[in-house]
Amino acid sequence: MEMTTSGSATVELPTDEQILITREFDAPREIVFKAFATAELVRRWWHANRGEMTVAEIDLRAGGKWRYAMVADGGMEVGFHGEYRDVVPNERLVSTEIFEGYPDEVAVNTATFEEIDGRTRLTILVEHSSKEARDAHIESGMEAGMQDAMDLLEEVAVSLR
Amino acid sequence: MARAATTADAFNAIAEPRRRHLLDALAGGERPVNDLARELGLAQPQVSKHLRVLREVGAVDVREQGRQRLYRLNGDALKPIHDWVKAYEGLWSDRFDGLDAVLEELKQKEEGDGDDD
Repeated sequence: MEMTTSGSATVELPTDEQILITREFDAPREIVFKAFATAELVRRWWHANRGEMTVAEIDLRAGGKWRYAMVADGGMEVGFHGEYRDVVPNERLVSTEIFEGYPDEVAVNTATFEEIDGRTRLTILVEHSSKEARDAHIESGMEAGMQDAMDLLEEVAVSLR
Repeated sequence: MARAATTADAFNAIAEPRRRHLLDALAGGERPVNDLARELGLAQPQVSKHLRVLREVGAVDVREQGRQRLYRLNGDALKPIHDWVKAYEGLWSDRFDGLDAVLEELKQKEEGDGDDD
């Protein structure tokens, strides 16, 4: 497989039910894990500059709950929540994830932190219960992308009025 | 009868790394199957099998030229997938750029703490 250019995430679809996200970071894994699993630090990066993060709650223990929510620049609010199933500090974080727009579908996310020469490779494996659910995630993502574009268009239209 | 390819089928078709390799190899233009087999280091029947899957979802087109079958990319069929993967990668890339900034700060803080000890 080709090496990823530093700075960009790689997305793969390894099986019918899975989405795999990979990225390397120039920091030891204790630090990457901390930034990934500490609510006040998550608040600073999870929004991806697409809006304002309104909720970041993390109860980091097996059986503990988490919830993230943000208001996108278009004004749409999106929320995600779930429960931690396995917490191995600095190594692995397994949690369920429910997109509140599709509350019946539960995905399982496994984040793995591997350190190589002071750098950390983070992989996030998103596992859906079925191919249909995985494709719905993909297609809802497409719709959301479309929605953003529509919202933007609407703003432009309003500003021209 | 071949059923109509859906977006989901096309996602599936490109989920296989070798098929994505094939699509990359075809990005430069039309090519015969033996040429593709050589580039990927695979046996020709294997490559033909992958090309058939890609053809079924409309990701590649084929035409006969003499005794050769020439394959080429069908950009329209791939666009929805390409757009989604790009958007999703963009989302995570932006998240991780933000995470980089947080990591830098944590590293500096840790080094600072180290000096104090």
